[in-house]
Amino acid sequence: MANLVIRDLVKTYDKTEVLHSINLEVEDGEFVVFVGPSGCGKSTTLRLVAGLEEVTSGSIEIAGRVVNNLEPKDRDIAMVFQNYAIYPHMTVRKNIGFGLRSSKAPKPEKERRIESVAELLGMTEYLDRKPSQLSGGQRQRVAIGRAMVRDPAVFLFDEPLSNLDAQLRTQMRLEIKKLHQRVGSTIVFVTHDQVEAMTMADRIVIMKDGHIQQVGTPSEVYHQPANTFVAQFIGAPSMNMLPGRVTDGGRIDLSTGGSLGFGRDLPEGREVILGIRPEDLHPGQGSAVIEGAVNVREPLGHETLIYVGTSSGDVIAKADGRTPPAVGEIVRLGAATETMHVFDAQTGEALA
Amino acid sequence: MAAIDDTRIKPSSEVLLKSGPSRPPRNMGQVLRFLLLFAGGILMVMPIAFMISTSLKWPHEVYNLNFIPEEPTLENYTYVLEDGRFYWWFLNSIIIAVITTVCSVFFDSLVGYTLCKFRFPGRYLVFIAILSTLMIPTEMLVIPWYLMSQQFGWLDTYWGIMFPGLMTAFGTFLMKQFFETVPDDFIEAARIDGLNELQIWWTVAMPLVRPALAALAIFVFLGNWTAFIWPLIVTNSVEMYTLPVGLSSFGDEADVAWELIMTGAAISTIPTLIVFLIFQRFIIRGVVMAGLKG
Repeated sequence: MANLVIRDLVKTYDKTEVLHSINLEVEDGEFVVFVGPSGCGKSTTLRLVAGLEEVTSGSIEIAGRVVNNLEPKDRDIAMVFQNYAIYPHMTVRKNIGFGLRSSKAPKPEKERRIESVAELLGMTEYLDRKPSQLSGGQRQRVAIGRAMVRDPAVFLFDEPLSNLDAQLRTQMRLEIKKLHQRVGSTIVFVTHDQVEAMTMADRIVIMKDGHIQQVGTPSEVYHQPANTFVAQFIGAPSMNMLPGRVTDGGRIDLSTGGSLGFGRDLPEGREVILGIRPEDLHPGQGSAVIEGAVNVREPLGHETLIYVGTSSGDVIAKADGRTPPAVGEIVRLGAATETMHVFDAQTGEALA
Repeated sequence: MAAIDDTRIKPSSEVLLKSGPSRPPRNMGQVLRFLLLFAGGILMVMPIAFMISTSLKWPHEVYNLNFIPEEPTLENYTYVLEDGRFYWWFLNSIIIAVITTVCSVFFDSLVGYTLCKFRFPGRYLVFIAILSTLMIPTEMLVIPWYLMSQQFGWLDTYWGIMFPGLMTAFGTFLMKQFFETVPDDFIEAARIDGLNELQIWWTVAMPLVRPALAALAIFVFLGNWTAFIWPLIVTNSVEMYTLPVGLSSFGDEADVAWELIMTGAAISTIPTLIVFLIFQRFIIRGVVMAGLKG
């Protein structure tokens, strides 16, 4: 096991720069999740770490050793692919043992390692089966097993759960997390699913257009988003964004009509965006900020999402599941000021 | 009970009545399709049936177009099989077809894989150059091949017969297209697992394109087994003849011994049948997708 350090990493394809000076340090034994929309550069970063793409500039260090010019096999990493990439013509045993082909360990030792990994993943009884005889979840376990058997310094996971159905994804999420707790290895995990990122990561790296937007613990990126992108990307439904202007005395006049005493120092006259998560916005609670008619209701059982029409579009709030307001009913939505976020309207950066 | 019986009978009789007039176009289409397929089948089987029929005829009956010989005989088979030259030709054809097939499958897949999975300058140009050779007819190539064989001293040798077919543009194209179906994830996973590029090609990629390899093997084997023009030109001695060249030499200048040619041809189809039976199961069984998302 080892740490991973990425310094000023740049990647260009032809003349297009897709990664712009990425810097990141992953501690030994840490579980770091890269998350972001399609094309944000998260998979490219992972492939650069794996050695499957050539670094344009910058450096990648694994366990204190610069690996830029090393072949993937010499980097002491193992990777689990989105499509599993387990060889269909080989049995589970051969697939798991494939990474040990170049190992100089004696055959009985290799066998012992294969069986120990299979046991850890609950695949012992399937060792002599071919991948075509396995379910999606079992195939994913084989792919993880093939990575584990080599005992690498760093595990790389490239959206490994995206092909599984929702139930299996939740189950595998838990299994990977348990595995990490048991093995304690350094893991870099790429996903576009923010729920996966929040539930599994020690730290989350949020990317957009080849830039890192924020690095932090799940709690940090949720409660203290660095900008409007992070604020809207993390959390479902997305954070409500209400344009406004700071007036004297630190109040914010919202374009939706309300005015709010924010209680924090903000430069007067500044154009801002007020961010409030739907889970913090309720009818008839806290400082009333928005008034409007309920356009749509989405019952979730214990609570109901309500879409309230404003001059800036629909605002989402959470109402009680048993007695939600009716469609067409005028509601006043409010939130506690400590749950609100203020962003600069021009740059999108967090102000308070 | 009677009412229940009625309801049971009624719908089915209605269906029967309705199915009559509403179906004719579909049935007509089906009948036409079957007729076409039947005609196609007859066209395919006719030459084979004619070959076997002729091989069972006496020389005087060969030019009668009857399928069933008046006096069937195995005399032609005895004559051909007792002729020592036939075994030489058979052996020559086997050696040439097997070596050419093995080499062609090996080199075509190696080049096809390289062109498909590696990014290097001029890759597309190389592929186009290989493909463009498909447009040159064999008849045009025969003269340079002959001159080359003469200069290298390959005339009337196995090597001389085999060298043009050891690597084919068609095979390279076929294999490149099939390697496109092998996901890059497999190759990259193997790279991370520590295999070198040749090992990846042999251990990972080749088993995944087994159906294509089998198809290519059948094409190449058949092509070389039935090759006529080039072996005829490059060989001088009767001992170096391949089966098709040897069979054409039956008879004399005045007459062609069709019954013997057909007998030899009938016997020579046996290896092609065996090759097809061996490889066809690989063609049917596609395995590439089994290791991917399910």
